[in-house]
Amino acid sequence: MPGKLKVKIVAGRHLPVMDRASDLTDAFVEVKFGNTTFKTDVYLKSLNPQWNSEWFKFEVDDEDLQDEPLQITVLDHDTYSANDAIGKVYIDIDPLLYSEAATVISGWFPIYDTIHGIRGEINVVVKVDLFNDLNRFRQSSCGVKFFCTTSIPKCYRAVIIHGFVEELVVNEDPEYQWIDRIRTPRASNEARQRLISLMSGELQRKIGLKVLEMRGNAVVGYLQCFDLEGESGLVVRAIGTACTLDKLSSPAAFLPACNSPSKEMKESPLVHPPSHGCRSTHNSPIHTATGSRLTQNFSVSVPTLIYTGMGSGSAGKEGGPFKALLRQQTQSALEQREFPFFTLTAFPPGFLVHVGGVVSARSVKLLDRIHNPAFVGIMGNTRSYKLLDWNSFNSDEPETRDAWWAEIRQEIKSHAKALGCHAVVGYSESTSICEEVCILSASGTAAVLNPRFLQDGTVEGCLEQRLEENLPAGCGFCHIPYDELNMPFPAHLTYCNNCRKQKVPDVLFTTIDLPVDATVIGKGCLIQARLCRLKKKAQAEANATAISNLLPFMEYEVHTQLMNKLKLKAMNALFGLRIQITVGENMLMGLASATGVYLAALPTPGGIQIAGKTPNDGSYEQHISHMQKKINDTIAKNKELYEINPPEISEEIIGSPIPEPRQRSRLLRSQSESSDEVTELDLSHGKKDAFVLEIDDTDAMEDVHSLLTDVPPPSGFYSCNTEIMPGINNWTSEIQMFTSVRVIRLSSLNLTNQALNKNFNDLCENLLKSLYFKLRSMIPCCLCHVNFTVSLPEDELIQVTVTAVAITFDKNQALQTTKTHAEKLLQRASTDNEELLQFPLELCSDSLPSHPFPPAKEHLESASSNSGIPAAQRATSVDYSSFADRCSSWIELIKLKAQTIRRGSIKTTVTVEKASPMGEGNFRNRSAPPCANSTVGVVKMTPLSFIPGAKITKYLGIINMFFIRETTSLREEGGVSGFLHAFIAEVFAMVRAHVAALGGNAVVSYIMKQCVFMENPNKNQAQCLINVSGDAVVFVRESELEVVSTPQPAASCQPSCTGGEVTT
Amino acid sequence: MTSELDIFVGNTTLIDEDVYRLWLDGYSVSDAVALRVRSGILEQTGATAAVLQSDTMDHYRTFHMLERLLHAPPKLLHQLIFQIPPSRQALLIERYYAFDEAFVREVLGKKLSKGTKKDLDDISTKTGITLKSCRRQFDNFKRVFKVVEEMRGSLVDNIQQHFLLSDRLARDYAAIVFFANNRFETGKKKLQYLSFGDFAFCAELMIQNWTLGAVGEAPTDPDSQVDDMDMDLDKEFLQDLKELKVLVADKDLLDLHKSLVCTALRGKLGVFSEMEANFKNLSRGLVNVAAKLTHNKDVRDLFVDLVEKTPLQTPGPRKWLPRAPTVGVSLKAGREYLPT
Repeated sequence: MPGKLKVKIVAGRHLPVMDRASDLTDAFVEVKFGNTTFKTDVYLKSLNPQWNSEWFKFEVDDEDLQDEPLQITVLDHDTYSANDAIGKVYIDIDPLLYSEAATVISGWFPIYDTIHGIRGEINVVVKVDLFNDLNRFRQSSCGVKFFCTTSIPKCYRAVIIHGFVEELVVNEDPEYQWIDRIRTPRASNEARQRLISLMSGELQRKIGLKVLEMRGNAVVGYLQCFDLEGESGLVVRAIGTACTLDKLSSPAAFLPACNSPSKEMKESPLVHPPSHGCRSTHNSPIHTATGSRLTQNFSVSVPTLIYTGMGSGSAGKEGGPFKALLRQQTQSALEQREFPFFTLTAFPPGFLVHVGGVVSARSVKLLDRIHNPAFVGIMGNTRSYKLLDWNSFNSDEPETRDAWWAEIRQEIKSHAKALGCHAVVGYSESTSICEEVCILSASGTAAVLNPRFLQDGTVEGCLEQRLEENLPAGCGFCHIPYDELNMPFPAHLTYCNNCRKQKVPDVLFTTIDLPVDATVIGKGCLIQARLCRLKKKAQAEANATAISNLLPFMEYEVHTQLMNKLKLKAMNALFGLRIQITVGENMLMGLASATGVYLAALPTPGGIQIAGKTPNDGSYEQHISHMQKKINDTIAKNKELYEINPPEISEEIIGSPIPEPRQRSRLLRSQSESSDEVTELDLSHGKKDAFVLEIDDTDAMEDVHSLLTDVPPPSGFYSCNTEIMPGINNWTSEIQMFTSVRVIRLSSLNLTNQALNKNFNDLCENLLKSLYFKLRSMIPCCLCHVNFTVSLPEDELIQVTVTAVAITFDKNQALQTTKTHAEKLLQRASTDNEELLQFPLELCSDSLPSHPFPPAKEHLESASSNSGIPAAQRATSVDYSSFADRCSSWIELIKLKAQTIRRGSIKTTVTVEKASPMGEGNFRNRSAPPCANSTVGVVKMTPLSFIPGAKITKYLGIINMFFIRETTSLREEGGVSGFLHAFIAEVFAMVRAHVAALGGNAVVSYIMKQCVFMENPNKNQAQCLINVSGDAVVFVRESELEVVSTPQPAASCQPSCTGGEVTT
Repeated sequence: MTSELDIFVGNTTLIDEDVYRLWLDGYSVSDAVALRVRSGILEQTGATAAVLQSDTMDHYRTFHMLERLLHAPPKLLHQLIFQIPPSRQALLIERYYAFDEAFVREVLGKKLSKGTKKDLDDISTKTGITLKSCRRQFDNFKRVFKVVEEMRGSLVDNIQQHFLLSDRLARDYAAIVFFANNRFETGKKKLQYLSFGDFAFCAELMIQNWTLGAVGEAPTDPDSQVDDMDMDLDKEFLQDLKELKVLVADKDLLDLHKSLVCTALRGKLGVFSEMEANFKNLSRGLVNVAAKLTHNKDVRDLFVDLVEKTPLQTPGPRKWLPRAPTVGVSLKAGREYLPT
């Protein structure tokens, strides 16, 4: 009996009229938790009832406390007929279960009905008394904190980052139960909402248990998703990163909010100013998965990296047959932890040593429902699923969705290894379901991490020592982690422009946020690749085959587009890359979004060269040269627009003889039988420094055109899909989070790929244009964390959902700071160079053989030797075999000049400069007339982990809400647009109300994970499901904080901070 | 490619003042887009017509959703669905309840009934104000009327409290409600030269001086059930006005009245000399009108009579005509000199 839940119903307001005769309502409230229900008195004839009830007390297990939502139903009393429901409120009481978070939930909640939307509000007070329970075998995990934020939350310090946690639960979808035929839509919707609420509670509890097992106390980067599989059920799955967090005691060490947690981290004795060892290099466009790679043994032979709770650091070279392992993994939670994955996208300084590149894996599955006792569904039903793999019919073994994911994760892990990396950061998983076909995708960034954060105290291995060596920050992560001689794919390596010691790739793709210490030149921008492919309508296996055949082409084209657009922007790195492949009845859509930046450490990107196939045709030539000119102009314009002007360092300084990496790159051809073959790059095209586009057919022409049709945002606007915009650091406090949804209907007549692409492209571009127009009053501003989601609800419908936040910034201050910045940088640069020269070359790549990581070559070999294994043993996912080949041919097109010019090392000391202008900006803002005197407190919402110009003082708990809205009077509600507009506004309102009731004033890391919209205009009906999550927080404006905080706390941070930081 | 659905929802509800004005003025989305295009917004922002169309639709939808709340402004303040800064909320309400001078002159003093509502198309044609806007304004009048009709206390305060209007707008509504309640005829041709402002001024003075609320400024018995204190004219007072005839009949009283009025108004009136010169005629006309106010019909025709049957209208150039202020003063004077 470890908990007592107390609920008080205070009052209602703005209730709907339920009695036509009197124009009033006789309302009462049912409060339900688990199987216990209490009722208030009926408050007669009022639209603003004052129940002022007694405290309803529920005595419950903490397990139930975690799983169950508190259910409050408002009804209209009717003497003669059944009472009419007005609406419901579900309250997740999880935030009350751990100390430090909210202590009471109290406030006005919108009363929500799935048919009518919000119908008035109800004032509720909820408290929980938890009794200490030392039962070791308990099933609850009260006390484990959950954060959606994908970085270490602002007022905490990471003691240990344990690693990956995942879990999934399945159940039958109430919408597809037989009973659904006889119950009302309302009852069905409510059953669904309640079930999902229960399932997320259960999931969270289970994840919490895993975290406790790992001796962690928190989950960061918690991402929970629903797969609505229709007939085959409902899957709720979640991933996250288990951590041990310490609350920072000093409240005054407040930092410019737009920084990652780095500053807090400085207080940690463990952490030094970033220092990493340099190893070799890598460039990666994306390293994509293939089925057969799975068979490779997966040894974690990384002695320096120990994941707490993992047992030994090495799982041995001989992993045994894949399937056996797979089963082991699904069974044993311990083994699960062998996935060295991190859902974080921003890290404490020093955590990230090297970044390899993006790794991704996809697999196509057929959904089917078969009994499997492995899962026990909630609500007493035993439900389970077999995954019937379409290409292994003879497989009798029941597999589970767990196994599907384990398989994909395994792939990801092996890809990371091929890149010489032992970990994957910025990891995420997603699905796309259409009828019975499901595409599972996972992606992340292969990386080498500093083990200090992963284990407490003990320091092992020689890597550690090397890490201690002081190397310039801001470029370390760019250095290739793999062996130069055995590169997993062809890449052009050059010496780092920053430190000149290590090799860097020509282009770097990652899924993480830009590291705070990274040296960036100019500003960043949102880069998107958009692609559609028609496919034939087909059933089951045929459909899955068609999809899996299309996938590699799509990936390839998406990457080509990204690369072209990146070059066009004169940038050399992508951050926050997210590639979404959506499957529909008759088409596949690919949408990749990322933020392009110019990393100072990486070489200057070459231009784009257009080569025609028929050089003799005069007019054609002319056309080509015209195009070329246009492209060159665009690049020049973009350079100006994004202020990319890397400091040219005169040739004399280049003195030191750095050998140009001449060796031929080795291609990764894991699929081809002769995978060890070395492909020489075809350098026969004229310009070696350029990215060559061959225009040999109309398709390519289209591509070039589409390159040029992307319109840059209007002046004063910037956009990115990462947390912060590189190059802007003086945010003012005005923020506007928004969601925009568009659905277009394609004309069904002779659709071609081109037409489809154009439609899709226009859709996205127009959407962006609309956003710029709507937010024009905020100029100068930046759209941050722009998150596009594509879905294909019906045959000819494309739905694009965008959530982002617009943040204003101060242009003038930007100029000032960059100036002072530049001066400091100059000084800094010179000293850096001096320092650097004192370092012998011992840290360079020649020291690599001694490195504990298995050289990538081994992997290649093992991969190739394994590629001949029988098909039955092969991974059950789709075969990508042809992809690598295509990839290689594509890579052949990429040529970059070896950049031997030494560039000045520019270190962005953002930390020092950022602080003061921020403060001023706020102060000025605050002097504006205050406009928050409303009776309803303002709750800010943002997809970012911070609030500009403010400090988050408290995390109140996770917000994870699921709503269904249905209508049978679509026209009357303003059509589909009116319906969805109202629904999204209501969802925002309910999120705000919950946050306010927890005592918070903002939601950070807000994300709309799902927005499933279905319509049937003929029947005048529509239904929509929305799932949102985020972290409820309390923030204090920095300007206010300055007044409040006395000098005393400032002293506490002094020892660890540099003088500049203390001034804030 | 057709757009099936296109929405934008901000955490803070975006309100575009220009679009709000167009919406209030009753323009359809396509008209509003055309008007916006003409304003040169495309050139300023580099947007396309499609963007403008989508933006306008979004705003119209938002306004449509807000309209329900605007019908009871306190709801707008307490609702949770739209997060709108208070200054914006005030703007929304104020603009929503704002009305056109031309329109209000058409309906001032008319019964706010369905019958009048049917005439709105005529008014729309006549004034050039869109029917939609006419309806909104009419419904606003009616709504305010319905809410404050049965209420006690100051009319202006009641309106302000229930509709959160600015002082100025609340006073205007008080006048509209007062006129509608007493059905004063204002539509006659002869009264056309009077503006709404003129009538509103009169209404304010009449509310202050002629109503039950005014008479019972300090009600001896607060429980005495007198509804609509500020809305209905004090019947007793109107009865008493008959006594004013002495002011015309008795020469001494006439002179005394004249000197008192002149002393009170000297220097305060632009047309003072004319007034002084015409005082006898003026006074006789006013007293005759006042004496008849016991009949409802005559009360309704008050303003017509004042213009027709007093020298306010007849002689001389219109420019000196003592328009509303003087009418008001005279009415007030009538009360002040009421024999006690």
